Amino acid sequence: MTDFPHTPPKQSWTFSNDINAEIRRAAATGIYDIRGGGSKRKLPHFDDLLFLGASISRYPLEGYREKCATDVWLGTRYAKKPIHLDIPVTIAGMSFGALSGPAKEALGRGASAAGTSTTTGDGGMTEEERGHSKTLVYQYLPSRYGMNPDDLRRADAIEVVVGQGAKPGGGGMLLGQKISDRVAMMRNLPKGIDQRSACRHPDWTGPDDLEIKILEIREITDWEKPIYVKVGGARPYYDTALAVKAGADVVVLDGMQGGTAATQDVFIENVGMPILACIPLAVKALQDLGMHRKVQLIVSGGIRSGADVAKAMALGADAVAIGTAALVALGDNDPALEAEYNKLGTTAGAYDDWHEGRDPAGITTQDPELYKRFDPILGGRRLKNFLKVMTLEAQTIARACGKNHLHNLEPEDLCALTIEGAAMAGVPLAGTNWIPGRNGF
Amino acid sequence: MQTFDLEAQGLRQLNEKLHALKGQTNETAWEIVNPKGAHAIAVGLDAPVDVTVRGSTGYYCAGMNKQATVRVKGSAGPGVAENMMSGTVIIDGDASQYAGATGRGGLLVIKGNASSRCGISMKGIDIVVHGNIGHMSAFMAQSGNMVVLGDAGEALGDSLYEARLFVRGSVKSLGADCIEKEMRPEHIAILADLLKRGEADHLAKPEEFKRYGSARKLYTFNIDNASSY
Repeated sequence: MTDFPHTPPKQSWTFSNDINAEIRRAAATGIYDIRGGGSKRKLPHFDDLLFLGASISRYPLEGYREKCATDVWLGTRYAKKPIHLDIPVTIAGMSFGALSGPAKEALGRGASAAGTSTTTGDGGMTEEERGHSKTLVYQYLPSRYGMNPDDLRRADAIEVVVGQGAKPGGGGMLLGQKISDRVAMMRNLPKGIDQRSACRHPDWTGPDDLEIKILEIREITDWEKPIYVKVGGARPYYDTALAVKAGADVVVLDGMQGGTAATQDVFIENVGMPILACIPLAVKALQDLGMHRKVQLIVSGGIRSGADVAKAMALGADAVAIGTAALVALGDNDPALEAEYNKLGTTAGAYDDWHEGRDPAGITTQDPELYKRFDPILGGRRLKNFLKVMTLEAQTIARACGKNHLHNLEPEDLCALTIEGAAMAGVPLAGTNWIPGRNGF
Repeated sequence: MQTFDLEAQGLRQLNEKLHALKGQTNETAWEIVNPKGAHAIAVGLDAPVDVTVRGSTGYYCAGMNKQATVRVKGSAGPGVAENMMSGTVIIDGDASQYAGATGRGGLLVIKGNASSRCGISMKGIDIVVHGNIGHMSAFMAQSGNMVVLGDAGEALGDSLYEARLFVRGSVKSLGADCIEKEMRPEHIAILADLLKRGEADHLAKPEEFKRYGSARKLYTFNIDNASSY
């Protein structure tokens, strides 16, 4: 028999091994894939941008001698007691329930030591977090789990959550494995059930109602607290404009790389926009209303380094928020735990089944045996270090661009490596003066 | 009796004065005149005072109330007594949408009708409605009791958790996972107490009500229940 050349086996791009595996998993289990984290797609991101640095036309600041300030005021529009943070990197909302008590404590310790704020989540305010957070933002969520006027008043700011980047338009799901006695009590639910969080607020719909809701919260707290409005990256121009119209002091804008404790993978990967595409639209809305820098903009979703901080701020943000990066700093997905991740059928860096409550790092769990492995003092120190490094990195770039405050970074300091990045960020493609979509082409 | 003219003195001054009563106070009786449908009247109170509003209120009257008794001598706009913690709120007229939303304690009495989503996401509050309630009432209600002397609209108790619903009249339809349940002696006792505290014991007897609660079939996700989600 003649051995003719054969056509080599060819995998389908459309029906890849990953796709087929998911089809088989769905067929076998009858349930969609639920996981934590944000989008894992390769999205247009800050990596697509570069800073130009100083040149003959712009002179830099001396690295270790000339000051580059990093502080930020939040809530200057209406609040009697606006917040002043030393650094523009805040900790995003993550719930007690999704995270363990010690992990919340570590976030508070690290943020406070670095001079920034932390944020509650969809499970109410814990003593661990309030006690260890110098500045704590209290989320006002559709579920209203644990909501009460005393916690509103002992918060430093209030964040009305309309949506989040991982799932704009979606509610939450905390599976039964994590509904411990304490979580069940705080949320007023039976222990061990799959807990659904509503996707809409129960007592308002639309921007006109939101304005009245914000009025009520301001009245309850005697107009002291800054009120943030958080939206997922869906329609950032209009959402920002409507939040301003409704009376927000601060708009928090979360892109699709922003994490969640547990949501359908199909939702995480297919709804919402990357943060790079969102920031310029939100800034444009603020500028069109004459409110840029008067209503502050905090952006989140995939912020990993001081370079990302600097790029977000150059595009017009006043501050950023980190969630996933903060968890990694605490020790989440650490390769040192590889053997334990393998036992869970995964590998360090890919572990995202946070909803199952079996996190070997003791961070995304309510299992006392697991969470006692996590040292909140050490975790807090690691987070403080990370926040300080991010800030130093952002300052390094800002000085190179000749800026004596991170807020002085501007789009003119940037260029883009890709056409997509240039179009989304509204900055020229590197080596050209072309901004796709501007001037008719 | 302290009388406060809301039109003349303004909302901020009203709530500031009422918040200043926190703890012990001798100024326990308050009357608010000229409310004219204003929003956020008497929100965030935290003192055992008695506040009477002479007229109708806008959104969120008595929101997050603690300890106080708030009486509205008119009708109430959306979200009356939302997230109430304790105390009593009594509406002489009708209440708009989301009455008692997410309430965690205390008693809300509506002597007229309540609109849609009454008791949405309630977390421990007791609600007594002398008239009818609108659609999607007690949606995702977690705990507490709702008593309706009249009829209930569509999808009562959709995705209910552990709240108890007592309805004397007809129910247009039950929401997902909400079923009629047996009325046992302990429920009759709860109902008798609520009718008394809700100033309705002269209007109805506990035996005239049916009880509705959760079938608990949606407590754990199951693909075979997908049509219910």
